[in-house]
Amino acid sequence: MNAHYRTAFAAPGKVRALSGSLMDAACRMTLGAPSVLVALAAGAQVTSDQLVDAAATPENWLTYSGTYLSQRYTTLDRITPENVDELELKWVFQAASLEAFETTPLVVDGIMYLTEAPNTAIALDASTGRIFWRYQYDPSTEARPCCGRVNRGLAILGDRVFMATIDAELIALDAATGQPVWQTNVADPGLGYAMTLAPLAIDDKVIVGVAGGEYGIRGFISAYDVDTGEEVWRFYTIPAPGEPGHETWEEGGDAWMNGGASVWLTGSYDPELNLTYWGIGNPGPDWNPAQRPGDNLYSDSVVALDADTGELVWHFQFTPGDPYDYDSVQIPVLVDLETDDIASGKLMLWANRNGFFYVLDRTSGEFIRGTPFVYVNWASGLDESGRPIETPQGPEAVTYPGVQGGTNWYSPSYSPNTELFYVTVWENYGSIFRPVEVEYQPGRVFGGGTLSGPIPGAANLPGFGRQPVNNWTEEVGNGAIHALDPRTGEQVWRFPTTDISHSGILTTATDVLFTGSREGYFYALDARSGELLWRERLGGQGANGPMSYSLDGEQYVAIAMGVGLFVYGLPE
Amino acid sequence: MQGTIGGPAPARLVAFAFGLGLLVAVGGTAAAQQHAGQYDQVDIEYGAQIFAQRCVVCHGERGDLLPEANLRSGTYRNASSDRELSRVLTDGVPNTAMVPTGYTGSELTALVAYLRNITTYDPTAGGVALGDPERGRELAEGAGGCIYCHRIGAEGPRYAPPLTDAGARLSAATIRRILVDPNGAMLPASRPVRAVTEDGEVIVGRRLNEDTFTVQLITQDERLVALDKTTLREYTVGTESAMQPYGEIFDEAELADLLAWVLTLQGFER
Repeated sequence: MNAHYRTAFAAPGKVRALSGSLMDAACRMTLGAPSVLVALAAGAQVTSDQLVDAAATPENWLTYSGTYLSQRYTTLDRITPENVDELELKWVFQAASLEAFETTPLVVDGIMYLTEAPNTAIALDASTGRIFWRYQYDPSTEARPCCGRVNRGLAILGDRVFMATIDAELIALDAATGQPVWQTNVADPGLGYAMTLAPLAIDDKVIVGVAGGEYGIRGFISAYDVDTGEEVWRFYTIPAPGEPGHETWEEGGDAWMNGGASVWLTGSYDPELNLTYWGIGNPGPDWNPAQRPGDNLYSDSVVALDADTGELVWHFQFTPGDPYDYDSVQIPVLVDLETDDIASGKLMLWANRNGFFYVLDRTSGEFIRGTPFVYVNWASGLDESGRPIETPQGPEAVTYPGVQGGTNWYSPSYSPNTELFYVTVWENYGSIFRPVEVEYQPGRVFGGGTLSGPIPGAANLPGFGRQPVNNWTEEVGNGAIHALDPRTGEQVWRFPTTDISHSGILTTATDVLFTGSREGYFYALDARSGELLWRERLGGQGANGPMSYSLDGEQYVAIAMGVGLFVYGLPE
Repeated sequence: MQGTIGGPAPARLVAFAFGLGLLVAVGGTAAAQQHAGQYDQVDIEYGAQIFAQRCVVCHGERGDLLPEANLRSGTYRNASSDRELSRVLTDGVPNTAMVPTGYTGSELTALVAYLRNITTYDPTAGGVALGDPERGRELAEGAGGCIYCHRIGAEGPRYAPPLTDAGARLSAATIRRILVDPNGAMLPASRPVRAVTEDGEVIVGRRLNEDTFTVQLITQDERLVALDKTTLREYTVGTESAMQPYGEIFDEAELADLLAWVLTLQGFER
């Protein structure tokens, strides 16, 4: 009995003593050695120069896509095709939320920053997964994100991390304490505006875009002052009357006001050109183009904006007047590659939801080539300018690719080592589209039709939840990883999978390709041959791509699967 | 539309709708009513039956008894899409007599189909759909032979998919489609598979699950078996259901009886 009492009382006593001595130490530091405190604070600093040179610090993962070029490629080389099958689990972080876990973590000097649903930011020790701080933001019940209360990650700049929320708020947090520094309302969640993307920090600004393409929003990309949260510029993805491009909406009267063109994935940036590139989502209503005749710029386009002013420098539209919901929000992958195409070698690679793999000149937006990477029947090809030669399939006919596209939002990868582009693909996947006239009602779904799969009664889509059983095999098509050659557009190899996948891709300097799957596997392929090198069954769906970082020279790969973040490394 | 595993918006909506057993779902506003074709007559019929039992006390036989919730007006204050309508039916409307309900997926599909067609529904047209569940049970146990393959509750063989809660899980339209076209309606997951192992053992069963590297199945003698596909000598997936098309042996009235019986199979909870 007594022993119990002693233990019970001793423990809190120790805690008090410990915190007391910490307080003392902190006070002494403040009084006696202020430079130590300054050094500690400076440890969390990420300068804009560091973001520009992110490739030079591969031990860190500083932006959603790794670097501004968005190649999801690491120069870390400890893990090789020869030793990848020795990888062992180092630690797991379990999200508290059971909602979809779609984060790509950032890592800065051994500290990992990530998010879990709906809008909780977390800083943890990248060597153990133990948490330093957790900031839980409770989004407004007004929020109505179309597809789940998801968040894909943070941006970091200076001593702050930035989180975009599903009720369209942008929040700056102190990277050392997790305390909010400022919060700015970006748009009205009651009208269907939401944010699910990781922001992009450039220079002294943090840039976001708004989701809500199924709710009749008018999309935009906007930049905020990192110090104050004040809006610096805003680019509407649908031009207003009088602005260039508005003629592509004119025939539809007021349709432009609720025309969608959302932005729900992070853009890229070329510091030399000072251009930031963003993929734009579908026009609305999704499936009934009769209500919005015209090309509907800049829906289903990539836009190149001046990073200082937000001014449009060029645009390229992939799917004009889209009836199929072919959002072009894929990550713009920027590649410097010598080809016969353009002298500068400054390319942009884009495997689009519409089934074509595009190569563009990212200095001008000029179309270089576009080739189908899956079976496509909505267009017979692309003309010299890159515009699709459309071949609509008619009522009750199956359109390929289907509503979810040949690929979607999952990050592709480019390896400067193999000079190949890698993408997660849905093969043999089609939908029947049935347009319906709809009336815009604020905050309500503005879909404009229904759709179904090619087999009557069979599902058009797999369930998006954490479904343990693959119910839709064969009818939905199948998944695959494709390696594409940007010089020709041709497929170099493919690795087919039974189920489709929502996972992105990471490649390494040693030609190892990592990806996850809906089937619950985290696996590695040889980036040159597509040969399976290693697989691990993690038991939950992969809903974002793997990333890599290093600590004390040891390389780690991390991936969010199910509701866990799994971190692998080589044996010590 | 967005994609997430939550991805795409409308895509998500569709997926969600499937979860409810709604085969058509993402749509719009009142305009959806103009698209009667997207709702199956069998579901409309079933919905009318449920409406008559559960809704008429407040809403009236025609659905227009409450001026503040006139179900014949073509618009709803709290819903535009079918998904939203299902949510109102499930969750109710706060501070009103419209209380939360425990409708099953098939009931929701049916009620939405009926409400979308309430102004054109003709109860006297007759001829379709739902017959007498008791006569249906006799067919299932007799000439139809359903119970010799399907398990219900704690009785019957396990090789075919169990029917214990089929009437709650599957919409009326889906059940009818299964009865008349078993091959076309068979879920891909339920297809027959045949595997030959390295040792030459032949394993035949109904697929339960499959991924790139493995397959899980139930054999005819009711064993659960998991196989590593990468080690198999042979592996094939069939598309022929073991079930006969019931349109070939039953007339429309008997099919309607059988369907009415399946809809009474509501699982253990009810």
